[in-house]
Amino acid sequence: MIKAVMMMNTQGKPRLAKFYDFLPVEKQQELIRGVFSVLCSRPENVSNFLEIDSLFGPDSRLVYKHYATLYFVLVFDGSENELAMLDLIQVLVETLDKCFSNVCELDIVFNYSKMHTVLDEIVFGGQVLETSSAEVIRAVEEISKLEAASNAISLVPNSVSGWRGR
Amino acid sequence: MNPFSSGTRLRDMIRSIRACKTAAEERGVVRKECAEIRASINENDPHDRHRNLAKLMFIHMLGYPTHFGQMECLKLIASPGFPEKRIGYLGLMLLLDERQEVLMLVTNSLKQDLNHTNQYVVGLALCALGNICSAEMARDLAPEVERLIQFRDPNIRKKAALCSTRIVRKVPDLAENFINAASSLLKEKHHGVLITGVQLCYELCKINDEALEFFRKKCTEGLIKTLKDITNSAYQPEYDVAGITDPFLHIRLLKLLRVLGQGDADASDLMTDILAQVATRTESNKNAGNAVLYECVETIMAIEDTSSLRVLAINILGRFLSNRDNNIRYVALNMLMKAIAFDDQAVQRHRVTILECVKDPDASIRKRALELVSLLVNANNVKQLTKDLIDYLEISDEDFKEDLSEKICSIVDKFSPEKIWYIDQMLKVLSEAGKFVKDDVWHTLIVVISNASELHGYTVRALYKAVLTYSEQETLVRVAIWCIGEYGDLLVNNVGMLGIEDPVTVTECDAVDVIEDAITRHNSDMTTKAMALVALLKLSSRFPSISERIKDIIVKQKGSLLLEMQQRAIEFNSILDRHINIRSSLVERMPVPDEAASRARRSGSLPASDSTMSKPSVSIPNGVTAAPLVDLLDLDSDDILAPPTSSGVDFLQDLLGVDLGSSPAQSGATPPPKAGTDLLLDILSIGTPSPAQNSASSIDLLSTADTLSSPAPSSIATTAPSGMFDLLDGLSPSPSKQATNGPAYPPIVAYESSSLKIEFSFSKMPGNPQTTNVQATFINLSPNTFTDFIFQAAVPKFLQLHLDPASGNILSASGKVTQNLRVTNSQHGKKSLVMRMKIGYRVNGKDVLEEGQINNFPRGL
Repeated sequence: MIKAVMMMNTQGKPRLAKFYDFLPVEKQQELIRGVFSVLCSRPENVSNFLEIDSLFGPDSRLVYKHYATLYFVLVFDGSENELAMLDLIQVLVETLDKCFSNVCELDIVFNYSKMHTVLDEIVFGGQVLETSSAEVIRAVEEISKLEAASNAISLVPNSVSGWRGR
Repeated sequence: MNPFSSGTRLRDMIRSIRACKTAAEERGVVRKECAEIRASINENDPHDRHRNLAKLMFIHMLGYPTHFGQMECLKLIASPGFPEKRIGYLGLMLLLDERQEVLMLVTNSLKQDLNHTNQYVVGLALCALGNICSAEMARDLAPEVERLIQFRDPNIRKKAALCSTRIVRKVPDLAENFINAASSLLKEKHHGVLITGVQLCYELCKINDEALEFFRKKCTEGLIKTLKDITNSAYQPEYDVAGITDPFLHIRLLKLLRVLGQGDADASDLMTDILAQVATRTESNKNAGNAVLYECVETIMAIEDTSSLRVLAINILGRFLSNRDNNIRYVALNMLMKAIAFDDQAVQRHRVTILECVKDPDASIRKRALELVSLLVNANNVKQLTKDLIDYLEISDEDFKEDLSEKICSIVDKFSPEKIWYIDQMLKVLSEAGKFVKDDVWHTLIVVISNASELHGYTVRALYKAVLTYSEQETLVRVAIWCIGEYGDLLVNNVGMLGIEDPVTVTECDAVDVIEDAITRHNSDMTTKAMALVALLKLSSRFPSISERIKDIIVKQKGSLLLEMQQRAIEFNSILDRHINIRSSLVERMPVPDEAASRARRSGSLPASDSTMSKPSVSIPNGVTAAPLVDLLDLDSDDILAPPTSSGVDFLQDLLGVDLGSSPAQSGATPPPKAGTDLLLDILSIGTPSPAQNSASSIDLLSTADTLSSPAPSSIATTAPSGMFDLLDGLSPSPSKQATNGPAYPPIVAYESSSLKIEFSFSKMPGNPQTTNVQATFINLSPNTFTDFIFQAAVPKFLQLHLDPASGNILSASGKVTQNLRVTNSQHGKKSLVMRMKIGYRVNGKDVLEEGQINNFPRGL
């Protein structure tokens, strides 16, 4: 089971954090900081896996990938295949790339709730839901359409245009 | 959005947070936003809710408290619009906890939304349920979810399948209801649904034995066919990862087959062909292919008796080890570690490659490889492997030396074929990484050296040579000092030369130079200096021709700033000045410590010795720690005293008790290891004939005991008074006497619960009515095993309690553990004993705590 999905930038600012076991917010921050302090001290050209028992309890593994200014991190237990998790990060990144056409850190910062929609279509309650980015995008687009159509006032931040700036 | 509302938009808030230059500034912005959100919540304007919650989620991610927004989630979920529902469910998943009471309120909304006509609303509800479902919700909503598994839209089917895995995990009793639905999912053509269906089956098999049997009988062949189809299928762009069709589905199917094959020869038999096919035909030049191979290997390892496949699997792992990708090497090492249990021989064939991984630039791979190597060691290959590892120790990174030297030591210790080899290897390790090894390593080395009497000369010469080159390696220096002190005469006279040695000429001065160097070097620590001082005293007798020089060095230490050193220097000096007649008998060879006992103690009651090592950090007021004193007395507190003592204080007490009661250790005879084996003890006991001297030094030792014991934590309250008592009465607390004495008081049942019973039996020390020895016996009444068992007790002020270590910390079903307690009643005859106790242990992965008060002690204790 996947225990957590995190994205943070190279300064350690969390950009997206989802924990599939409930943790109080202080604990979440502590874990994010703990993970970051390990990640930022890792040299290039080493494996993408980390022993993380000290932070997440026994039988925890962590896989991460570093893209430009962002770390993508998955924490999971022994029932998942480490190499497949690495591919799952790839799927996630490819999907975001298609969603935002060349995703960058700013897209992630400002489209917080859309990020969650994408993530929820890939990982569901700690289990892998879908691995085809085309399928994921189809579902995400349906949801966006529905949001835009259902309400003329359009309260959704990511679809709000600047027409009613104050 | 209400254009007149005072709040800012989410986008603006993010922007202003991003513009903050300092953390304090950011806190300020967030505080202001939170205040506005609270105000807006109080106004209860439904139009602001959506935006408030979106902001709150962002604030939550930054790590600020957001509990005041929880009710807003529920309101949004209950509202009819899709965007409100979506943000409400998102908030529900992020901000709320399955244990919170608020969640009870949401069950009804979830039920309605699961039956909603809009399938995307159903999707949202399923997603939320899959993330936060509690046991009660699982029971309430299981029928809806079960029905949704048959839904027309695949997107809902797959979510319902995964939601079911959460439900059965929360309430395993519900598993039966999902078996049929799950097996229908296995016939799906849609990859996304199929993968979730396989996951649901996997979960059901893990939880429910009936489900496992059902799937094994009905679905094994179908699954094998599915796997065959996707392995052989043509290119499918949607699910293709690096040329492999849907590696994720491959992996899930292999996982499920693993569960089905495990423990069932027929099912295992059915799947051998397809496993062999996957293992041989999967492309291994990309990560995706290797992921499938890796899973396939794990399945092959787990299923029944397919030895030819296993060799194939281990060869795949061997190939992984030489892969250029770090990740592949890492997982291969992990897997080989598991494989070693099945087929040691096959793993041994890859030893050379594994050894290469120990030298990998990647630290986590190095660490794994080192663990694997230590599992691979056996009597046949230990010499070669140790040589390779020690060679690498010379060139490895500084920060890896600690791990590496620790592993080498444990390998050498475990598999050493002969003593001379052991000593050679340990000297090499100490020379290369002496500052990294733990105390018990060099303690053990000294025990081994003193037991190998024919190698004393060889060892001391080898150490002398090593210490000249590697004088910065603290532990090497310590061992060298100890050996030179003990066997200095063998060093200078070249006694017991072995054929393999080069002759060396060492004068007495050279030997003393080494020790003087250690005692004067500014970065030597207290223990080393103290050991050097004792070595000097020994040498003054072994090298009579230069005893004046040695005395000068000792005299210099009288001005040491370290109290311990100063005091010993004064004592030793007075031995040299006034008691020259007893000096030679004082510093005779140390009696040989019992090697077997020290080994057994290290492996058997490791916790006890750990506590001995950590305890001495009890600091006494003048800033000296108790540790060096114990060390000064030589290694015995760890290695010789048979009963494990739990603190330095206790040891001192033993020292005093034994010493005055027992007769002086006679030279020539081999004294039992328990009696006075250390130097100070000898000093005291032999000093008995001259009463003035004796009382002076024993008072002085007593005062040390006093200062030592006063800051000792009350939980291990051994006390100076009782030590003094022993001393004055001239009694020795010898365990054999207690045994013959027999219990004078009836044993009691101190405590009994449904799972645990505690019995106390009592004995008194003759002539010491205040002190009672209590033997506590803990009996496990339950059918489960208790681990991490710990007994703690507290007593009122008029009592003093000392706890010895328990005989174990694991209580198997109806098993027993005993522990000795010593209670001293300062109000003996007036008040009777009373005790509160706390028992902690783990059973089935849960911590259990039991507490109680014991009032039924026999009167007059």
